[in-house]
Amino acid sequence: MSEMPEIVTITTVVNETPTVKTFVFDKLFAFRPGQFCMVWIAGVDEIPMAFSGANSITVMKVGDATEALFSLKAGDKLGIRGPFGNGFSPSGKVLAIAGGIGVTPLFTLAASGEVDTFILGARTREELVFTEDLEKVSDLKIATDDGTFGFHGFVTGILDQIDVESYDTICVCGPEMMMKGILDRLVAKGIESRGQFSMHRYMKCAVGVCGSCCMDDHGLRVCKDGPVFTGDLIKTGEFAHHHRGPSGRKE
Amino acid sequence: MIQIQLPEEEIAGVPLKNHMLLAAGILGTTGASLKRMLDLGAGGVVTKSIGPEAISGHHGPALIPVDGGLINAMGLPNPSKDFVEEIAPLKGEPVVVSIFGGTPEQFGTVASWFPDAAAFELNLSCPHAEGYGASIGVNPRIVRECTEIVKTYNKPVWVKLTPNVTDIKIIGKAAEDGGADAIVAINTVKAMRISTEMRRPVLGNFFGGLSGKAIFPIAVRSVYDLYEAVDIPIIGCGGISTADNVLEMMMAGASAVEIGSAIHDSVNVFSEIAADLYAEDGIPAEEIVGCAHV
Repeated sequence: MSEMPEIVTITTVVNETPTVKTFVFDKLFAFRPGQFCMVWIAGVDEIPMAFSGANSITVMKVGDATEALFSLKAGDKLGIRGPFGNGFSPSGKVLAIAGGIGVTPLFTLAASGEVDTFILGARTREELVFTEDLEKVSDLKIATDDGTFGFHGFVTGILDQIDVESYDTICVCGPEMMMKGILDRLVAKGIESRGQFSMHRYMKCAVGVCGSCCMDDHGLRVCKDGPVFTGDLIKTGEFAHHHRGPSGRKE
Repeated sequence: MIQIQLPEEEIAGVPLKNHMLLAAGILGTTGASLKRMLDLGAGGVVTKSIGPEAISGHHGPALIPVDGGLINAMGLPNPSKDFVEEIAPLKGEPVVVSIFGGTPEQFGTVASWFPDAAAFELNLSCPHAEGYGASIGVNPRIVRECTEIVKTYNKPVWVKLTPNVTDIKIIGKAAEDGGADAIVAINTVKAMRISTEMRRPVLGNFFGGLSGKAIFPIAVRSVYDLYEAVDIPIIGCGGISTADNVLEMMMAGASAVEIGSAIHDSVNVFSEIAADLYAEDGIPAEEIVGCAHV
């Protein structure tokens, strides 16, 4: 079946923070929280991005392609392929832990009413996104690295204050070292299989064929077997150790 | 349906566990993913094509599923010599290292890095990388010279051909003259798609190569032609997704096959096909190889 990019027109651009924008477009995509799409910026590149809504993506400026995306405005066009990947599969009592722009897929999970407690971390107060909406749908706890809002420190600092074993599913998305800190705590309690970690890797095809996003040591494809993996699948191998760049070289 | 027996001897110099290899460019960038495919039933694996320099590849979109197949323009992304370390844990497994270069000398340089390879597959056929692949693989003299230089490393040498030529038999013959142990046919068919709403080509590289079911008849015809032109084994590649496709390719003249795009539908395609293809009381595959040349 042909899966050419769906061409959408941007209707609204929301400035969430100095480095984060939400692009709302004119078509709806039926996605599960944690699934992603490939965003085609014509003449530039195609990059993986989490949905922040059925008709939106929320993007942090991190490189050339996102910088080009940031120059687009209402009326401009994007190509969208997807949704791709497995998404989260929470059950029972759910804890979500997000860091930085990793909040996006977990925000959609919370918005669908599936999160009981939400721990959100950011470098500083002005980098916090979705807090007003998250407060309405979950018990929200906030940490900032510099202490400008909420708990002064990392999300793991809040995690250490709560009874993590009372949760059946712990959904996590954020910088890999942050996720490592959480996985280490789950492993210490022997509950790493309750953890569902959303991985980010460089990818090209997004449909499980090219192999550029495969992770050591099981050879699992982040785009197709993931991007969400339970803790037991990633606790050995490359997680928080290395990843591969566009050429396949380890970085 | 006919069923066949598992191979008892090496095919084209490689001890394959069955007649189906993972094709180059599919899940072949890491040692771990290649091992996974062997564990999932591939009879052998061909690596991502490795070249003299690390390459990041073309900008995206780099691959788009289309009706009946996949169209890709990856642009030969590869980690170059770093790949030696990737596949070191696979020593002793049927790992065919796909290599490319812009000159025969570069092919030789890359081949020299892999003393543990079960065989080399020369990528003289990628249709979307300027100065590499098909841009030199349409020249019989260069094909022969590349084959000759890699043969000096005392491994089986398979030469993968492009169908984007007037007469694939001439290129196959050049590889055979250079000492090739097998011909692999075919690489992708040059192709492109245009986004009508964007009014521009979809692929970052504008054009690329079509693989998958849509090109199976082209691959069968190419193998059939080559079987009449060369005396070395042929590995059939292009759009194979069922046991019956494997048999058809063998009847055209293939001693084994490579499977790639069918991974898009199922990562378990090797074991799924094997369940249909093989039986203990099946006939030896040799009985049907080339039998359609009536």
